This record gives sequence, C-alpha cells and structure tokens, in this order.
Amino acid sequence: MSVNFAHEIDERRPAGTDQVVLQVEGLKVYYATPTGDVRAVDDVTFQIREGEIVGLVGESGCGKTTTAMAILRLVQSPGRIVDGRILVDDVDIARLNERELRQIRWTKISLIPQGAMNSLNPVMRIKDQIGDAIETHEGRQPRQALKERILSLLSTVGLPSRVYKMYPHELSGGMKQRVCIAMAIALNPTLVIADEPTSALDVVVQRVVGETLLDVKNRLGVSMILIGHDMGLMAQLVDRIAVMYAGHLVELADVYSLFREPLHPYTQLLIDSIPSIKERKPLKLTEGITHDLRNPPPGCIFQLRCPHVTDKCRTVVPPLLEVAPSREVACHLYYDA
Amino acid sequence: MAGLTPQYVLRRLGMFLLTIWLGATIIFIIPRLAPGDPVAAMVSRLTAQAGYIENSAEIIAAWRERFGLDGPLWVQYLAYMRNMLTLDMGYSLSSFPSRVDEMIFSALPWTVGLLSVSTILSFLAGNAIGALMGWPRVPRWIRALLPTSLTFTSIPFFMLGILLVYLFAYELRWLPPTGAYGRGLTPGWNWPFIKSVIEHGILPVLSIVVTSMGFWALGMRGMIITNQGEDYMILAEAKGLRPSRIFLRYGVRNSILPQVTALALSLGGIAGGSTLVEYIFAYPGMGYLLYQGIVNTDYTLIQGIVFMLILGTATAVLILDLLLPVLDPRISYER
Repeated sequence: MSVNFAHEIDERRPAGTDQVVLQVEGLKVYYATPTGDVRAVDDVTFQIREGEIVGLVGESGCGKTTTAMAILRLVQSPGRIVDGRILVDDVDIARLNERELRQIRWTKISLIPQGAMNSLNPVMRIKDQIGDAIETHEGRQPRQALKERILSLLSTVGLPSRVYKMYPHELSGGMKQRVCIAMAIALNPTLVIADEPTSALDVVVQRVVGETLLDVKNRLGVSMILIGHDMGLMAQLVDRIAVMYAGHLVELADVYSLFREPLHPYTQLLIDSIPSIKERKPLKLTEGITHDLRNPPPGCIFQLRCPHVTDKCRTVVPPLLEVAPSREVACHLYYDA
Repeated sequence: MAGLTPQYVLRRLGMFLLTIWLGATIIFIIPRLAPGDPVAAMVSRLTAQAGYIENSAEIIAAWRERFGLDGPLWVQYLAYMRNMLTLDMGYSLSSFPSRVDEMIFSALPWTVGLLSVSTILSFLAGNAIGALMGWPRVPRWIRALLPTSLTFTSIPFFMLGILLVYLFAYELRWLPPTGAYGRGLTPGWNWPFIKSVIEHGILPVLSIVVTSMGFWALGMRGMIITNQGEDYMILAEAKGLRPSRIFLRYGVRNSILPQVTALALSLGGIAGGSTLVEYIFAYPGMGYLLYQGIVNTDYTLIQGIVFMLILGTATAVLILDLLLPVLDPRISYER
C-alpha cells in the first residue's frame, strides 16, 4: 500500500484529551422519496474528544454532510432523523424542543458551511452578521465592546479590520470562508463542524484556509469535525479520520495509521485512488456499483464493490469494532485477528 | 446610503432626463404623423355645431399662428421643448380659455394621492401576504386562508370598482359613490374636508389594491420559497437566530429586492390603468381629465397629460432606482 501523504503527517501533534464532547449513537437519517426512504445515514456511531479534529471522508452522497447537518438538527425536508442520540455535554440534541435547540446552536456547536460563497447574507454587513449571532445568544452588547470583539475575531482568522464594515460581495472567496470561520468561533463553541471548508477555493487559498483552521484549533482548543474529499488536507489537519460509505461508518482510525495501513477494503481503495506524482496508475474506485440506497442488501454495505467479498459478507452485517488501539473497522476480515 | 455612489446617481439622472426627452419627442411627433390637424378638426367641429362659420379658412390660419403650428417643424419642436421645460402647455382646445397646465395641476394631486396610496398599500399588503404564504413556519390554517384573499386578482379592477360602488355606495350607503370630496366643502387643511377625501378615496383605493396585490403576493411567495434553499438561510438557522429575525432580515429582506424592481417596471402601467378607475368613480384626477381630453379630441390636453404621465412615471422610477442600492448594496457596482 502506498503511503502518499504519510510524510506530511506530524506525529507529535497532540491528539486531544479523553474528554468526550460529542457522542453520536446509532444515528439514522432517511430522506423520504415516492419509492421509499433513502437511507442517507444508517446507524452511525462515533465520538469526538475535546480538542481533536476528526475528518469525515467518503465519496459524494455517502452521507457526510447529512451526518453533520443531523448533528445540528438542520436536515432539510424531505430528510428526517429517524433514530439515534446526539449527545453534547450529556444533552441529547435529537430530543430538544425548538427553543432549547436554538440556544444550543452556535453556543455549543457551530458550522463552517459548505460553499461560503453563498453562506453570507448578501444585504448585511459582515459586522452585523457576526454581531447578530453574538447578540442573539448573549443579549444586547455595548457597541464598542461588540465592535472590538468582532475585530479581534477577524484578526484571529487573519482578516484586515476593514472587512468589519464590508458586504459579502466585496470579499473574495477565501475571505468569505475566513469570515465564516470567524463567525463559527464567535461564541467559543465546544464543537465546530467544517463542511468542506475548502472545496470551492483554489489550491493556494485552500492552504491558507486550512492553516487558519489549524491555527484556530490550536489557539482555542476547539474540537472539529472536518468534512471533505481532500485527503491531502485531511492528512495535514486532522487527528482521526472517519470513513463513510453509503451512509455507514466503515472505518475510524488515527490519521497516521489510516494512511499507513488502511484496513477496510473501501478505505484501501480510497487511499489507493489518491493520484501520485511519481507514478501513473488506473483509478480503481470505478469498479462495481453502489447499491440502491433505498434497498440495501443484507450483510455488508460494501459487498457489491469489495474485492474480498465472502459469503459471510452477504448475510451478516459487520459491526464497527475496535480491532486495535484507536482503530475501529466494520469488516469481517479483521474480527478474528 | 450603502451603494449610492455619485456615478450611480449621475447615471440614473441621465437616464431620467433621456427618458423624458424621448417621451416628449415622441408625443411631439406622433400627432403630426396623423392626417389632418387639430385646428382644422376643431373648426370643422364648430362648423358642425353652428351649421356655418364665416371665414373659416382665415380662422384656421389665425389659430394656427396662435398655436404656433405655422412655422417649420424644427421651430415648432424647439418651441415645444421650451414650453415643456417650463411646463407651459398652452391652451386647452376644447375648453379654450383655460390653460392645460392649470387643468393638469388641479387634477394632479388627486391622481398622485390615489395612485401612491393604493400602490403602496397594494405593494405592502401583497408582499406581506406572499411572504407569509411562502414561509413554512406560518401555521397551516393561515397559509390555507391566505390564497382566498387573492381570488379578486382575476377580476379586472374596473369591474370590481362597479361591484364596490353597487355594494357599499348604492346598497349599504356607507360610502359616497363618486367624486373626490363632498359638495359644499372648501378644500384645505380642515377636518371635514380631509374626512370627506378619505371617505371618497376608500372605494377607488380598495378596487386597485384588492385586484393588484395578488401580483405582488405571488411574486413574493415564489421568492421566499426560492430563498429557503439559499445557504445563508441554513447558516442563519444554524446560528440559532430567532425565527422572526431569520424571516425578516434574511428571508424577506432578500426576497423584496426583485419585487422593488418589478414595482419600478409596473409603474407606467399603473398610471395608465388608473384612467378607468377614475372614470368609474368620477374622480377628478388625471385619468378622468385624460378621458375627457380623448372624448373631446383635445390634443393639447392629451399631450400635456401624457407628458405629465411620462414625467411622473420617470420620477417614480428614479426614486426607486435611487432606493435600490440602499436596499441592495451590490447594485451600484453593476455596470
């Protein structure tokens, strides 16, 4: 197995404390369609520890964003949370009423949205958009104090103070994304969900935004869920990686082990498909097709594309089990070992 | 004054002047393309009334000179433009000694009042109804009820006007059927007069508002629903903002922008369409005057009124144009 990005990983990075800030248990999110429910997220369980960044990767449509939106209870209709618990500080977000939910949003969990281009209200100044998040949760603030607070947030993400008075259309994509980061940390949340924060940006700006995220995390000790396809960015930023396939979590491991020795056949294919500068190789991931998400086959979710598929995979669902320290995988190949 | 830059204001002012010049030129040219001329038409009408008029040829020549119709076209045009700039519109052909500008200026306040009140009310009510129809948090029974308020949209407003007159003025006798104020009242800032003006205004305003607000409501509803999918709406919800704030500052605030543009576009039609309403209610405004002008083939009167309509519409569009960058900071940057 090639280790394309392992050299970029800094093994000395502190991997957070053992304090759990987010516990997701048996989360199921289905989208209603005329021909049955699409199981976008099916029985996903994981936890985020204090001060760590967990990457959530997988192909388009595998349920990454839906998982993130479910944590904020922002799944848009026709989607709905069918089952599961989302615990933040022992509070189950899935059970909160609307008022309690509003109070926990942004104070405990904030969002760096996918596509910052359109995530800012075009007719409000940046200061008002950051300010309304602060004032909604902390009440009316003295003008000067609020201004200084917003300015310091902007400088935290490396934006000049003139951004304070600007409108979104006066900013570049990277600046908008950093405004979103500043907004996300405005209330010192326990957890920040960054949904593909760099996907709409060019590579240079991607790096700047990535560094900003890392800097924010190191300074504030905030926990993060980083969603994306960019394995290079993941290698640079995250402590642990969760790999999703067709609504299921198939592997969860610290980033170094995962890149060095991916266990799940899907993860192996995923890492193998990272283009290498040194050699040309065919893209392997196109082999096989994903099953119909409305009607998953019995047994393992990856059986239709898996090169190691056995009869057991076609009947028994492999649970996500810890097969080595800080290594969880949902695959029959590893349970006996 | 967010995006209101000097270049933007200058450009809009330029467009304003260009529109008026073009409009004035067109209403100068059009009557001259038609066969015959107003003086001959008037004299022939007088002839028809009196049976025979002596020296009709000389009368025509004298009047032509009097109205400045004997010079070359460009001299006429320059004189015409000078007169228009000073709002000197000459004499009415049908009621000769009265001047067109005097007739217009006594009618103008009524039309401006009627149209501005009914347009603003219709815009506000329609957009409020539309926004509530499109907002998913509004209780279902309200959303089911709202469309019934729009059923009158399919009725032409002059038909509704007749219906309203029959119901409220003739059957119930709650409101006066015609005119702008009661007989025997002296116009001025006194309460009986103002009260009478309001009473006389209710039916015409109502007939315009009720029939036109559906247009705004449907547009607004569509905008609000489209807006729901915008990323900033989802982020606003993620921020835990109060629903009222998300609705007003994020939803309505963004949805109103195309509505204001549509308002600017529809102003010309509103001014023209008021003629029938004023006619039905015998409201002494510009529309009623225009109707009289057309019936009496009073060219100078028609010319003056059409020019004032162009001027009024262009002014309203200018005001909206200057308002738009304040509402939407992106506008003045667009070329």
